[in-house]
Amino acid sequence: MSGFGNAFSSSIGKKFIMGATGIFLVLFLIVHCGINALIFLDDQGLTFNIGAHFMATNWIIRAGEVILMLGLLVHIFQALRLTLQNNKARPVKYAVNDGKANSKWYSRSMGLLGTLLLIFLVVHLKDFWVVSRFTGIPSVDANGHEDLYAVMRDKFQDPVRVAVYLLAMVSLCYHLLHGFASAFQTMGWNHSKYNGIIKSVGVWYSIIISIVFAAMPLAFHFGLIK
Amino acid sequence: MSTGNMNLTLKVWRQKNNKTTGALVDYKLADISPDMSFLEMFDVLNEQLINKGEEPVVFDHDCREGICGMCSMFINGRPHGPKDLVTTCQLHMRSFKDGDTIVVEPWRAAAFPVVKDLTVDRSAFDRVIAAGGFISVNTGNAQDANNLPIPKMQADAAFEAAACIGCGACVATCKNASAMLFVSAKISQLALLPQGQPERYRRVQSMVAQMDAEGFGNCTNTGACEAECPKGISLENIARMNRDFASAKFVSEETV
Ligand code: SF4
Ligand code: FES
Repeated sequence: MSGFGNAFSSSIGKKFIMGATGIFLVLFLIVHCGINALIFLDDQGLTFNIGAHFMATNWIIRAGEVILMLGLLVHIFQALRLTLQNNKARPVKYAVNDGKANSKWYSRSMGLLGTLLLIFLVVHLKDFWVVSRFTGIPSVDANGHEDLYAVMRDKFQDPVRVAVYLLAMVSLCYHLLHGFASAFQTMGWNHSKYNGIIKSVGVWYSIIISIVFAAMPLAFHFGLIK
Repeated sequence: MSTGNMNLTLKVWRQKNNKTTGALVDYKLADISPDMSFLEMFDVLNEQLINKGEEPVVFDHDCREGICGMCSMFINGRPHGPKDLVTTCQLHMRSFKDGDTIVVEPWRAAAFPVVKDLTVDRSAFDRVIAAGGFISVNTGNAQDANNLPIPKMQADAAFEAAACIGCGACVATCKNASAMLFVSAKISQLALLPQGQPERYRRVQSMVAQMDAEGFGNCTNTGACEAECPKGISLENIARMNRDFASAKFVSEETV
């Protein structure tokens, strides 16, 4: 890759990687959220379990899962590297710095929001991914499919877990509110005819994704779906 | 200079040189006129210090009319103070209230080391320009200007980018001390015009490489630079630079 020189080690190249993996994760969340929303059909999870079964067994999805994990790791690792570099770029801090006068707090707190999401992710993967892929789902539903729905229902009886998930979805919402439009700017896709659309799609996307996800633990916890 | 009736407390960063650490020092000022500029207020302070036999506060300034980019004070947490689209020299004391406490610090960035008090060394910007912020013109007769038609929109965008005075407020306010707004303005003013085309992709690679070598941070698109820039330089320039950088690295066959 010598022809590409320092394409990815330069500041802009590193940002391309953040933006590209970010857009990839944005797309993944649509799939994840869409399939999980099947629980709201309130059919004892029969349809949801079919979806979950497909996701767990289809080889294209499984290969995609590996790419997803890699994308996620790159996003996290690159963010860490960039943050360390950025801290070095200002060794002496200001005594008074009025950040709110010129930028949104969440645009300045992507590292913090991302860290909260990372902690959540560990909890979340342990709750469901490890169970469905490794330790095994204990029961089957009326169709004979592994009953991931029942696992969700049981786990979300714990109020602490519900609270953790809700907090994580607030973090996700703010992380996306900045990240979505930011990725476009980084990739250079700034165009007066499209900027308005990018901005509003970004806001709606962030809010809808977070609310639909947040509704899942709440619905189970308060018995709105059985 | 008319005297007025404002009483102020200043907290000013005093630092002997690059080797020593500095500290905020309190000064009381009385009878300041609201019509004074911020720098004239500092002139009053310095006269008082000189009369007392103390060292005056060292700060950068030159034109005092908002065009040279020398003045550089971080005032109450914002570069060039509380007003939008204004340099420190064009800021007036009427933007403050009687009895205010005003904290004044130098630009803070590893790439802008403090020289003394409020003066920082911004020659990192000069080196970025020297890396590619120019066009090479072979001498000879000037050709007819009409040979180079430039669409009005394009000319306006280039002009707006060229309004950057290189003050460094963008770096100062950025949480990452990133110089992307400055560098993208300097790249855009040439990338938008026909004269800038021959070296366009070489330029973006060289200038970005120099920007990185100077130790500026990485942009996270908070938009603080655009909000604080006294010349209203737009984030569109950063997007254009990113596009040009991608074209240079992944499409152009020219390597730098
Ligand atoms: S882009 Fe604006 S803030 Fe940055 S150096 Fe130029 S004029 Fe100053
Ligand atoms: S002194 Fe020249 S811009 Fe302020």
